[in-house]
Amino acid sequence: MIQINAYKMLHTADGNLPLDISLTFEKGQFVSIYGKSGAGKTTILRILAGLTEAENVYIKVGNEVWDDSQRKYHLPVQKRSIGFVFQDFALFPNLTVEENLEFALSKNESTAIISELIELMELQSLQHSKPQQLSGGQKQRVALARAIVRKPEILLLDEPLAALDDEMRFKLQDYILKIHQKYQLTTLMISHSIAEIFKLSDKVIFLEKGKITKEGIPNTVFAEQKISSKFQITGEIISITKSDILYVIQVSSGNNIVKVTASADEAQDYAVGQKVLVASKAFNPIIQILS
Amino acid sequence: MINLEPLWLTAKLALITTIILLVVAVPLCYWLSYSRFKLKAVIEALISLPLVLPPSVLGFYLLIAFSPENAFGKFLSDYFDLRLVFSFEGLILASVLYSLPFMVNPILSGLKNLPAALQEASFTLGKSRLTTLIKILLPNIRTSILTGIIMTFAHTIGEFGVVLMVGGSIPEETKVVSIAIYEEVEAMNYQSANVYAGILFAFSFSVLLAVHLINNKSRKTALY
Repeated sequence: MIQINAYKMLHTADGNLPLDISLTFEKGQFVSIYGKSGAGKTTILRILAGLTEAENVYIKVGNEVWDDSQRKYHLPVQKRSIGFVFQDFALFPNLTVEENLEFALSKNESTAIISELIELMELQSLQHSKPQQLSGGQKQRVALARAIVRKPEILLLDEPLAALDDEMRFKLQDYILKIHQKYQLTTLMISHSIAEIFKLSDKVIFLEKGKITKEGIPNTVFAEQKISSKFQITGEIISITKSDILYVIQVSSGNNIVKVTASADEAQDYAVGQKVLVASKAFNPIIQILS
Repeated sequence: MINLEPLWLTAKLALITTIILLVVAVPLCYWLSYSRFKLKAVIEALISLPLVLPPSVLGFYLLIAFSPENAFGKFLSDYFDLRLVFSFEGLILASVLYSLPFMVNPILSGLKNLPAALQEASFTLGKSRLTTLIKILLPNIRTSILTGIIMTFAHTIGEFGVVLMVGGSIPEETKVVSIAIYEEVEAMNYQSANVYAGILFAFSFSVLLAVHLINNKSRKTALY
């Protein structure tokens, strides 16, 4: 079992925010942390990794204590059995893909794991390239492989897929799942994508303003507000045009533009640039397979 | 035919100064960029002082400090039999202090511009601070280090005020090119002064050209 109790005052753009969490999960679980940016998600990973110090912290992994601020005990980062995938990958620019992986190897360790990972992550054709020659998805695979070289107990992923397009995301989700199972890792991942969390996680932690407000399996955590027969999107009004007796309001949301009709009276209440919620009750959307 | 001795002496001084400064600057810069020491700004200001101080001021204080009549100079001469006034050793120490910012500033800004995640990634892979510094940080700031080396070497070649104060003009001991030029001019030997000056001019220009070529090239390949 992995147990984390931490208190730390975060100094954010919106003022001070106390991060105060108490969290346990089992070995082998895939845990996702979900929440708005600035909620303290990355700080939790960094505290667990030993990269950030907290005012008050107790971390126990299995039978081993990693942090105990009351006894002034702090296990250095280097001694913790973790793999950390940073948001911007943090590949070493002076080393090739293969050298990046080799660097992670402990002394007297066999290089068999390197070739195994290169094959598993399909990096054969890239092994002699420098990181700056790689695409985002390729860098991500190298960063994942590098984090696994030491065969850590806990894999920490800081929004690993945020910068990738959908196709690449789906592929990398499969890679992540593959290594999570193959190396029997305990994985802690930060994610903004509910679909991704559903696909990968056993457990999700909902973090709001430094506090855990909900935790459990994805189905129960996201049950109330996110999944319902009601359909709703948020967006911004980009135009209001008159068409015969009606007004057409165009709302832009993500990559889509939704047209909504309104009466003259209603149209007066809206203005271009407003943030709005478009919702519809009692309707039955159609699902189509895209790929 | 001009005397080549001052040229040789100058090159030797610049080379030794550069090597010493490289060895000193790397740990100093690492400490400055990662420590949370409160008086860090004071130390950074002290390092940059030779940039703005007239060389004669630095030279004057060093002369006083090195003098065997004062505590520090007496200590050196009593215990190490070392005399730093009007000697090549004294010149090296003075040059090291005088050129310190030219080595420290490029390396320090190189280290500060590296993303923090590079060092942290290395730590999470179980590597010590020393291994991280040698295998990851330094190779990624190699253009900054090269700039520091070249600037230090060139700046030491060009020093005059400090050398004159601390070293004087002893042939084959402290008479470097810039001093030689001054003396040739004083003796109305414009021909020899012209040769020395021309060599320094051409050298300094090539050095600066090299620095800019390196910087432009590194910006194109954009490491960090």
